[in-house]
Amino acid sequence: MTWGVESVSVAFGDHIALDDVTLSLEPGRIAVVVGGDGAGKTTLCRTVVGLEEVTTGEVSRPPRTCFQPESSGVWVDLTVIENLDFVARGYGLDPVHARSRIEELLDVTNLADARDRLGRQLSGGMQQRLGVAMAVLSEPELLVLDEPTTGLDPISRLELWSFINRSAREGRAVLVSTTYLDEAPRGDMILALDEGRVLASGSLDEAVRTMPGKLFESDRKMGALSWHRGRSWRVWSPNGELVPGASETVPDLADVVTVAALAGEQV
Amino acid sequence: MLAMILKEFRQVRRDRRTLAMLIVMPVILLLVFGYAASFDVEEIPTVVVGPNAETVADLLPEVFTVERSDADAGREQAEEALVAGEAHVAFVTDDSQVVALIDGSELFMAQTAVQVVTAASDQVPGLSHEVLFNESLDTSAVLVPGLAGLIIVFVGTLVTSMSVVREREAGTFEQLAVMPFKPKDVFIGKIAPYFLIASIDIVIVLLIGTLLFDVPFNGSVLPLALGAVMFLFVALGAGILISSVSENQAQAIQLALMTVMPQIILSGIIFPLSSMAAGVRWIGYVLPLTYFNIVAKGVMVRGAGLGDLLAPLGLLILLGSVIFGLAVVRFARQLRPAGARVST
Repeated sequence: MTWGVESVSVAFGDHIALDDVTLSLEPGRIAVVVGGDGAGKTTLCRTVVGLEEVTTGEVSRPPRTCFQPESSGVWVDLTVIENLDFVARGYGLDPVHARSRIEELLDVTNLADARDRLGRQLSGGMQQRLGVAMAVLSEPELLVLDEPTTGLDPISRLELWSFINRSAREGRAVLVSTTYLDEAPRGDMILALDEGRVLASGSLDEAVRTMPGKLFESDRKMGALSWHRGRSWRVWSPNGELVPGASETVPDLADVVTVAALAGEQV
Repeated sequence: MLAMILKEFRQVRRDRRTLAMLIVMPVILLLVFGYAASFDVEEIPTVVVGPNAETVADLLPEVFTVERSDADAGREQAEEALVAGEAHVAFVTDDSQVVALIDGSELFMAQTAVQVVTAASDQVPGLSHEVLFNESLDTSAVLVPGLAGLIIVFVGTLVTSMSVVREREAGTFEQLAVMPFKPKDVFIGKIAPYFLIASIDIVIVLLIGTLLFDVPFNGSVLPLALGAVMFLFVALGAGILISSVSENQAQAIQLALMTVMPQIILSGIIFPLSSMAAGVRWIGYVLPLTYFNIVAKGVMVRGAGLGDLLAPLGLLILLGSVIFGLAVVRFARQLRPAGARVST
């Protein structure tokens, strides 16, 4: 059973927010959507959960799809326990089951000691953890998390990803959007977006393997198709020809995305 | 400082709705309220009963507009006409005298009627008057029922108007949209607390009014409760409707105030509707507070029953259906997911 979007385009007036995007979401697997501001990540998440109308294409999702919006989705004037209780009631969970599930989630998200604190009294990381806990509370088949780690400190990000992995291990299809490229390899599937267009997609290996041309490393800038990376420069050769003075290197996702953006500019 | 002023100007310029309110609204409000703000009573709906009804009706001063004259009717029918709000003055005639029964629930009309009748009684032997329902013409007796309505407007419209837009600003509205709630569940859930609070407010206001300000309560609770519930639905529906069309809480408050302000001035609570210029009077007739005021004053001061208040109650139901219906449709549209295929 797979869900997701197929050849989906979404437009807001003249602005095309998503342009022919396809993404498959499978149980037990994490799909990570990466991209900068305005890339279309939030629109894609909202489209998957049914909050946006598509211009063309197909969207499918399971009946039990849960969503954490960019803002964490926490009601700031309710306590942690009240937020979870509301979601449990909203999804019609059996009260006894809901109570044990809430306790379990409070433990997993390290929010047990903050159960009586108002949403507005939580740190950003705690709010996001609560938001994800609310999203997984009803044991959805598909979990959509829109930038859950944005603005979080590294420890909070790790904690959140551990929780997301756990959700996938429990058999859920998970879609996570992020602006942090280094988070993309945490997913089984990657979709890199730029201005609504797909730059790269597939597993990390696939994305690297299907990168057009070859990548080289140099100690200096070599033309328009080179960019700074750490202490050295990356040089992309679109037709795979060797670059004198540079050594071939294995690309990572950051390279793949950059190459895809450069290739798009060349078209 | 210049930078600060410049920044504010830029922000104000971009907020078109606020800018329009700041420039256009004062002009509109001044024109509307200027024509509405009048205590001068030029017309008093009147019935004339008794054997000399026809003759007396012909002799009445111009201010008394005779709605009906009935030679076969007597004082009882005249009082019924006043209770039902058909007229605000009833002249009861017999062979030797004429008694003007004056409805004390319409303060300015009653004061005018008392003045005119008193002046005329010097020249017309046997002419006297009686003020009914609010004998001492107390202002509080007339104002408190309307104020109860005004409080419903404030709680119902002003406070509710921020409820949906606040959720949207916080990003939690999307949560509600994705959760397996039906739009009506969310809608009813949203208004239920305000409904309860406003209901409690009404009871408190009316209790204080009757106990502290000696406002009479001559009718039964049922028609007033019915009117209050209808009116609450209108006010809450207006609040949700405003909230669903506003982009932020500031806009919601502005819009809510734009609906509340006219109700204060044009609903007949302060200025009699009949004293307003015809060009603005019609606004009063489409405002729900106008009809709640008629119901509340009718029940409390005149002791009007359900049968006497069918017209204002019916109009409240009509207004409620329109406003509440619009609010529900708009709300449901915002909550409705975009119709993607759901795999099972």
